[in-house]
Amino acid sequence: MDQLLTEDQLDHFRTLAAEIPHPRELVVDVLRAIQNNHGWVPDEGVELAGTILGLSPLQVEEVATFFDKIYRRPVGRRVIHVCDSICCWSRGGEEVARLLQEKLGIGLGETTEDGIFTLLPTCCLGACGEAPAMMIGLTTYGHLTSDRIDLVLERERREAP
Amino acid sequence: MKSDQLLFKNRRPGETTFLKGYLETGGYEGLKKAFTMDPAQVREIVKASRLRGRGGAGFPTGMKWSFFPADKPGEKYLVCNADEMEPGTYKDRELLLADPHQLVEGMIISAYALQAPTGYIFIRYAYERCARNLERAIIEAREAGFLGKNIRGSGFSCELFVHRSAGRYICGEETALLNALEGRRANPRSKPPFPAVRGLFDKPTTVNNVETLASIQHIITGGAAWFKDLAATVEGAGTKLYGLSGHLEKTECHELPIGVPLRTLVEEFGGGVWKGRRFKACLPGGASTPYLTAEHLDVSMDFEPLEKVGSRLGTAGVTVFDDTTCMVEATLNLNRFFARESCGWCTPCRDGLPFVNWILEKIERGDGVMEDIDMLRDQLRNITGTTFCALAQGAVGPIESLLRLFEEEVVDHIKRGRCPFNP
Repeated sequence: MDQLLTEDQLDHFRTLAAEIPHPRELVVDVLRAIQNNHGWVPDEGVELAGTILGLSPLQVEEVATFFDKIYRRPVGRRVIHVCDSICCWSRGGEEVARLLQEKLGIGLGETTEDGIFTLLPTCCLGACGEAPAMMIGLTTYGHLTSDRIDLVLERERREAP
Repeated sequence: MKSDQLLFKNRRPGETTFLKGYLETGGYEGLKKAFTMDPAQVREIVKASRLRGRGGAGFPTGMKWSFFPADKPGEKYLVCNADEMEPGTYKDRELLLADPHQLVEGMIISAYALQAPTGYIFIRYAYERCARNLERAIIEAREAGFLGKNIRGSGFSCELFVHRSAGRYICGEETALLNALEGRRANPRSKPPFPAVRGLFDKPTTVNNVETLASIQHIITGGAAWFKDLAATVEGAGTKLYGLSGHLEKTECHELPIGVPLRTLVEEFGGGVWKGRRFKACLPGGASTPYLTAEHLDVSMDFEPLEKVGSRLGTAGVTVFDDTTCMVEATLNLNRFFARESCGWCTPCRDGLPFVNWILEKIERGDGVMEDIDMLRDQLRNITGTTFCALAQGAVGPIESLLRLFEEEVVDHIKRGRCPFNP
């Protein structure tokens, strides 16, 4: 298993938690750091965040499960969030979601066999002027067409760790 | 039509303006001027400008600030809501991609006016580039002496922090946002107490939108009367960022006088409805604002005129639908969003919105009966005014206007036993 947090990150969060009056405010930061290292947040990650911040696993879990961009189950090395809100819908968002499923050979909520891509629907990405759009990792891609999707997937596949 | 550019004056395609460029166009002059005044004077100017909140609700900023115990000692917080997640809304993203110092300067002045030494910028997951721009701008502002200890010898010290979130529309609701910021599950809180009394970490807190806070330095520099006169309507104040989307030839974001006619946005700035088609409807200010039709094209895009025609300015993100659009399907898409993004705390929202989905799906696939329309109206009554926050109330907007403006189209689905737009 990958390290959940590096020694430097552990030091950083422990020091910060000791310095600030409300360490609990760091919970999303810690969970995002764990996810960044490990790809998703396993039970051990929830417990680790609790230990650092002086919270029970349940207090961490109720935050972790609330946010759709915190993954509590294994995902591929690249998570694709395809927008299904109104502006993208009005400009071919459903077709983009269909094309992604066809090109990747998976349905929404599934991961490709090679473990590279997970495909998830998401609400509006704030890219309404560039609809239809999707986000992979932390990068937003707009003006999607079938050809552009091929190019983006190819690039993300090449760069996937 | 040309307009004074305040917020977008440094916007250039594909570029971000940082401190050097920002200073060249008069950046931080508002801050310098504000720090020669008393905090109360700054608050008075903002109040006199009649600026209304740009996050969707349109509450007068000066009035919101007047509830805040600025003169009382103790911990107090200023929070910027950069959790822009209402479908059709992307103006704050455009601003933060182009010119992050606009927000930083506005926040420092606001923090001074409110005597709140700690400011948080709560920013959504999808806006990572904006978050990085803000972090750089904050560092630059500190190095230039606009932020930190004893700003400009005033005795007032201020720090700003960027908090990255991890999704969920409900975090844009101010009390849910405060819970999220504290590291709690982001369910809204019951009001009262209002954040101005007990907000972040139980301390007095003001929550303002990005565009609202970024307008503050311009009000201080130009004065309240000048700002008010920027509007195209008598009652309005200032400029507004209008984000265009949907079935238009050009879907871009523009800074224009508040109160500009909807027709100007659609025909001039949007280049008209795409593919030579006709205008059928639009959401004038995001997913939660009731539809308008072609007969409303001459309405002024300001708070009061839009309320008079049964809608709201909301975030002024205008989403246009052409005449091939099925309004039942569009409404279903909007309602699915609200149902999925409901935090699940209040029953009418958690259970009512999925039930509305079920009815709309039934009508759209051709299995609807006339009683379903009554049932929809019944649900609207059950959902309205029975929840902690405004999410469910917002969800009702499109459905209520579907039944008010497009009832014939809904009935047509039922009579034909299929969607007339999907043969």
